Amino acid sequence: MRAIEILGLEKIYSAGFWRKRSRRALQPLNLVVQEGEIFGFLGPNGAGKTTTLKILMGLVFPTAGTARILGMELDDPAMKTQIGFLPEQPYFYDHLTARELLHYYGQLSGVDQKQLSRKVEAVLEQVKLSNSGNVQLRKFSKGMLQRVGIAQAILHDPKVVFLDEPMSGLDPMGRREVRTLIEELKARGKTVFFSTHILSDAEALCDRVGIIHQGELRGVGAVAELTAGVHGKVEIVWQGSTVPAGIRTMGTECRSAGETTRVIVPEESQDAALEALRRERLRLISVVPVRTSLEDYFVAQLGAMKTEAIPKLSKTNMGT
Amino acid sequence: MNSRVFHIATNTFREAVRDRVLYNLIGFALLMSAAAVLVGQISIQIERLVVINLGLTAVSLFGIVIAIFIGIGLVSKEIDKRTLYTVLSRPVRRWEFIAGKFFGLSGTLVVNTFFMAIGVFAALVYVSHHLIRSDIGVLVALYFIVLQFIIITALALLFSSFSTPIFSAIFAFWLFVIGSFARDLRNFAAMAHGVTRWVATGAAYLVPNFSAFNVITQVAHGEAVPHDLIVVNTIYAVVYSMAVLSAAVLIFERRNLK
Repeated sequence: MRAIEILGLEKIYSAGFWRKRSRRALQPLNLVVQEGEIFGFLGPNGAGKTTTLKILMGLVFPTAGTARILGMELDDPAMKTQIGFLPEQPYFYDHLTARELLHYYGQLSGVDQKQLSRKVEAVLEQVKLSNSGNVQLRKFSKGMLQRVGIAQAILHDPKVVFLDEPMSGLDPMGRREVRTLIEELKARGKTVFFSTHILSDAEALCDRVGIIHQGELRGVGAVAELTAGVHGKVEIVWQGSTVPAGIRTMGTECRSAGETTRVIVPEESQDAALEALRRERLRLISVVPVRTSLEDYFVAQLGAMKTEAIPKLSKTNMGT
Repeated sequence: MNSRVFHIATNTFREAVRDRVLYNLIGFALLMSAAAVLVGQISIQIERLVVINLGLTAVSLFGIVIAIFIGIGLVSKEIDKRTLYTVLSRPVRRWEFIAGKFFGLSGTLVVNTFFMAIGVFAALVYVSHHLIRSDIGVLVALYFIVLQFIIITALALLFSSFSTPIFSAIFAFWLFVIGSFARDLRNFAAMAHGVTRWVATGAAYLVPNFSAFNVITQVAHGEAVPHDLIVVNTIYAVVYSMAVLSAAVLIFERRNLK
């Protein structure tokens, strides 16, 4: 079943008081996320990730298009009992304690009063804040606030959880805890849609990712699927410190360590590099393909936007 | 009241209390104590008049300041701090949020006025050693002051739903001032001619008619407040506040929370 279905969502903001100028924050966006998936929505700052999330949460109204979550319209209150949302850099009512805040949100989400206290305690335990439950939020660190944010997003046991930059501002331990939490949500059959610009998190967690830049979706698919399309690189190692002229002209940096020298060249330059080594009668030690990371793919996509040299990804697989 | 409106109202009340809004009561208590002692020494036979006048005016001013300065931040602060995002991503409709905020601040002002009323009566007892039957008029005057607070809260909320806190404060304050002279504005409109008459009449009926709510002088002189004025003012305050709140909801329903 489709958890999230985005159909041609588009957002144009008009700015300026006297002379109105329009700014397109989101190009028509089509995307489908299946139930039980962890979907990463990637893009640099200002790419349109938060705008998309705000439209889905009913905070911003689309200029065109529509979306459904769990088959329900965005303004359907029944749908909102089934979703949880963590905004970017969350800030909460700082006059409340963490426990009071979660009670308040639980009440607004329609959690049964008899079960509310039990659920609040369970979720505080889950985000490791049981001991700070009675501390006012104004005394919380950024990392603790982020954990409260996650707690309020999952308190009412939603089927779909939206997280806007959940790892932002967290230390390595905090990021690891959030990753574990997201994995736990998946294990419990939840759908997680999270936006991030930290690619390693997306690579480690996501079943599929979508890449958005300047309001336009550039590609969607499993990480392995996407990175397979990027031209790979190979690492070549040979004996000695001599760098053949043929390799030097490739413009790549060679590093010598002890008795060996290594260079990383694009896959298509591999034959030319090996030929250059043969001509100089240098002894080849190894040729190893370098795994293409999501970062390489991401950079390739962003580079394509700048140079217009690389054609856009085929969108035939979008939403599948 | 539906449960979500109630929970938002309760949270708004709790926020006001924890943000030390009720600390204004200390200032009010000091003012009333000083006034009672001073009036007892310098006034002859008019202690009641001075204490009632001073007390009710202070109740009104303290409350108006709270209504404006908290009311203007009720929506804009939640947008600025993004606390609204986690509320509206729940099954909370935008009108429920506005209604909850309105009832929360109105409740705060009612509680605040209740404690101030105790202060006024305590000062009255101090200077004249007993209460008389006509003092019931003080309760009516306090009731009218609360009705004014409710209208001001609705107006502040309306401005807060589309404007910045500074502009909201300016708008709300000027409407309070103009509304306090609404009767004079209506008299002026009746005497004017042509376009001026139309504009003045429109403005006179558009601004809240606070002058009808001011019975402080009347009550201080021991005059009774007509029953029909109580009914008319109550209906006026309810209808006016609901109209203003409806406008606030209409604006807020369409607002993009960037």
